[in-house]
Amino acid sequence: MPSSSAGLMGKSFAVYVKDLRLELRTRNALNAILMFGVTTLTVVSFSLGQSNLSPKLWAALFWVIIFFSAMSGLAQTFIREEETGTSLALRLTADPDSVYIGKLVFNLTLLSTLAIIITPLFFIFTDAPTGNILNFILVLILGVLGLCSATTIVAAIIAKASVKGALFAVLSFPILITLLMILVGATEKLFDGKMLADILTELQFLVAYVVIMVTASFLLFKFVWEE
Amino acid sequence: MNKLKVTEISKRFEARKVFSKISFELETGQSLAVVGPNGSGKSTMLKVLLSLLRPSRGTVEFMQDGSPMSDGQIRSAVSFVAPYLNLYDHLTAEENLKFFSTVAGSNVTGKEINSLLAKVGLEGRGQDFVLGYSSGMKQRLKYAVALLNNPKYLFLDEPSSNLDEAGKNVVNDIVEEYRNESIIIIATNEKEEYSLAEQLCRVNG
Repeated sequence: MPSSSAGLMGKSFAVYVKDLRLELRTRNALNAILMFGVTTLTVVSFSLGQSNLSPKLWAALFWVIIFFSAMSGLAQTFIREEETGTSLALRLTADPDSVYIGKLVFNLTLLSTLAIIITPLFFIFTDAPTGNILNFILVLILGVLGLCSATTIVAAIIAKASVKGALFAVLSFPILITLLMILVGATEKLFDGKMLADILTELQFLVAYVVIMVTASFLLFKFVWEE
Repeated sequence: MNKLKVTEISKRFEARKVFSKISFELETGQSLAVVGPNGSGKSTMLKVLLSLLRPSRGTVEFMQDGSPMSDGQIRSAVSFVAPYLNLYDHLTAEENLKFFSTVAGSNVTGKEINSLLAKVGLEGRGQDFVLGYSSGMKQRLKYAVALLNNPKYLFLDEPSSNLDEAGKNVVNDIVEEYRNESIIIIATNEKEEYSLAEQLCRVNG
């Protein structure tokens, strides 16, 4: 019956639009992420906002907020499919590559939304130094990419488990710890007034991390999804 | 010409044997009913045939003109309707149909959607969210989704589940329409459902 056919990008886009539409109608993941982010930021702001903390501490606090907010919502895209029983239909119809790409881009959208809201608030409500804002945005983009590339595959793995939340954090932690340390290190240097040339090693690591995670996840996702 | 070749498949869940050494071969135009009491493993067998579960032993081969089909070819040739297969409640019926059509690699038109909805008795309800559908309407919509790709293999688990008399007639009409161009496998313990198929496979897990 149907006429023309959609390629991988068209199918991935359909998965992305479907998830975005469902999210806008139910707001499960978005509410969880934003509530966690705003609550943590409020606590940090009230308790440490005017403190004269070192750049390292401000950097760590910033990434702790982003990390735990991500943990509270990024797994939802796969958990929702399992809990509502729709994963079966998706598994039978869609090819795994398009599901992975669609869900990765959806998670990127979610975390970018969080970062866009939380980052200015963080600098407004705390005395954290801004450093070079463009360089900071570059690190932030790579951080969001890194977090999403790692957590999307972990979310697919834990979606069928009974204790999803705990398992998500436990499995993500060893994969993300290095990423977080590098992100905190790079952000600390930027808060300390250093320039792009001073964080080149960190940037190289972040780019390599994203490329490796996305490639490995793309290759492994079929087996995770179909098992 | 499509073929489904099942060779000595067995399924165990740890110590419990569900079924063992089942073999059969079906070609386009043939249909099979998998029958047995509740808990006998009918649905498990369908899931094994659909590669949703790995068989403990044996092989399942989907073939087209004598050659094994790729995963992609199988996905676009197979349709499945079951009570435990859910569609997206927070999408409308039309959005569900468009989505499943696109991810299956095709692009269904509005006219085709209306025709499919009419076929399953849901004309005029395409703009409604599936969340507001009754269980029978949801089952009818699953048939509309199943027919999106003109299936070469049609797997039906408890095909009349949640359906009223009119809905059961829709199922009968669909089976009759696709009987000559598809391989149809029905898992059921209802006599009027398994009489839709020509061959019988009894499981007693």
